[in-house]
Amino acid sequence: MSTRHTERRKRAALRWGVIGLTLLFFFIPLYGMLEFTTRDLISGGRTGRVWTTLVDVGQVTDRYPALAEGFLASLALALFTVVVMLLLLVPTMTWVRLRLPGLTRTVEFICLLPLTVPAIVLVVGLTPIYAWVSYLLGEGTVWLGLAYVILVLPYAYRSLDAGLRAIDVKTLSEAARSLGASWLRVMWQIVLPNLRTAVLSASFLSVALVLGEFTIANLFSRKNLQVAMYELGKSDGQLSVAVGLASLVFAFVVLFAMSFVGRKEKS
Amino acid sequence: MTATPSPAASARGTEVRLTDLTRVYAGSVRALDGFTLHMAPGEFVALLGPSGCGKTTALRLLAGLEDADGGTIEVGGKDVTSVPTNKRDMGMVFQAYSLFPHMTARQNVEFGLELRRQDKATRHQRAAEMLDLVGLSKQADRFAHQMSGGQQQRVALARALAIEPQVLLLDEPLSALDAKVRSQLRDEIRRIQLEVGTTTLFVTHDQEEALAVADRVGVMNAGRLEQLASPAELYKNPATPFVAEFVGLTNRLRCTVSGGVATVLGGSVPLLAGSAGDGPAVVLIRPEGVEISTAPAGSGSVAGASASVVSASFLGASGKIVARLDASAGGGGELVSVQVDNTDVTAYAPGDRVILSPRGDAALAVAVS
Repeated sequence: MSTRHTERRKRAALRWGVIGLTLLFFFIPLYGMLEFTTRDLISGGRTGRVWTTLVDVGQVTDRYPALAEGFLASLALALFTVVVMLLLLVPTMTWVRLRLPGLTRTVEFICLLPLTVPAIVLVVGLTPIYAWVSYLLGEGTVWLGLAYVILVLPYAYRSLDAGLRAIDVKTLSEAARSLGASWLRVMWQIVLPNLRTAVLSASFLSVALVLGEFTIANLFSRKNLQVAMYELGKSDGQLSVAVGLASLVFAFVVLFAMSFVGRKEKS
Repeated sequence: MTATPSPAASARGTEVRLTDLTRVYAGSVRALDGFTLHMAPGEFVALLGPSGCGKTTALRLLAGLEDADGGTIEVGGKDVTSVPTNKRDMGMVFQAYSLFPHMTARQNVEFGLELRRQDKATRHQRAAEMLDLVGLSKQADRFAHQMSGGQQQRVALARALAIEPQVLLLDEPLSALDAKVRSQLRDEIRRIQLEVGTTTLFVTHDQEEALAVADRVGVMNAGRLEQLASPAELYKNPATPFVAEFVGLTNRLRCTVSGGVATVLGGSVPLLAGSAGDGPAVVLIRPEGVEISTAPAGSGSVAGASASVVSASFLGASGKIVARLDASAGGGGELVSVQVDNTDVTAYAPGDRVILSPRGDAALAVAVS
């Protein structure tokens, strides 16, 4: 009995040890960022200058217009990407599940493919396409969202696929159809409400990815939050790091809110 | 159960004609092969058959959930073969639980009415009536996960009936339920169908279910209708050996046929039409078509075939004795099921010597060569 007790304690210690190490791994860089942004580079003490500047929206907009522009562009990009991704994936995946189950593997392969293509390679392939996009739709940063939809496909596909597996889409949609519902109504009133958690999770992953994207925006010379932060870093390193930390905290808050929504729905 | 629907029901139901329907899967599998069925207004028809016989395909074609490769579907005199599902006006209850999980029972029932642009008060009233009809008024505000399987299927039935469909389609709605609920809901479906008078097509693989509720039962095999008849007719006069074997428990015994009479178990049994010609054959006899008696002591000869009891089972309303024929009886050790009164079960024990003989009016006797 005592041997089993000791075993259990050992296992608990190991578990907590692993958790502790993981937390350290995540929090040491964050602590480093916080420490750096509160350092008074002239007197050597501590100062809240960077953070008071950052929370003063008016001052940021006046003094760092590129940052405000990048932030707004990233928000617009996140929204655009999520909307296009959902419009593209939800009906396609539902239709494949209902009518073309033989294509499931192909669609999965196509959606997961972007994982294997490095961003730099993607840019090479996208360059001639974006020449046409710029020609037809203009130079707006928001059109970067078309490339971002490709980037988020693997993550969004996985989330939506899990959601679709959890419900009997075929029977539910056939029931709705037999009661007189059009396909549009089936999607809007039956499929989407039952995929709420999966849609939220796919949307969050997409938002997180878009807010952190740098390579493609930079190589296409478009200004999003990451590019603005990078440029800001050249003139004010502390403020740039503070913006980075703030955007991470923002992402954590969104994640927490999402998990809360998911849990509430389950109960 | 009658072959003709009640006049009250007929007045409200719709006529359905499925003519020469064909459905081919993956280029070569013929799920339906010239399937033809005519349902009178208000009639309750059950399609019965083994897995893969095409019964569900027939129902799905009628619902418009699949397209026919050939043939026509007429409902109320109108050709609906190429009308989409949502325009066919049919209520359907599925084998799998199909309530919309994010809606309450009432909202589920109201869904079809909302699509028909009925105002809120009418929807509420109709939903309340329908839930009352299936005995679930008190569960109106519950979600699917808060209800039992039987309750969910009742709500699904209420939802299908709420839209006053031309045809009610039931795709094995009871198969996921336990035996007691299944039998209760089966009777309830019949009661409600008679009350509302909707023409109903019921697909099942459970012969007891089909025989218990339907006006007529269609037995299907390999994409075709083998026989369509009233439950009693189907049981007593099966048109083909397949129907004979599929409907009801049947003994297969070797026999000799001569002039339309089979000699089996030491007696003679008149054969039904369509049986094999003269010569050795196999005769199908129902358990209730065999008589059993204890073998007399000594070696006196008695009409019948001698056998030994293998098992004696009490089945509630009746009893079943399984006996093995003696090799000398010409049967070579075949097992024979005999139906007896439940009070007689205790008279037999494994190992007892018995005499089996065919009843003069053997419930079924079809010889197959």
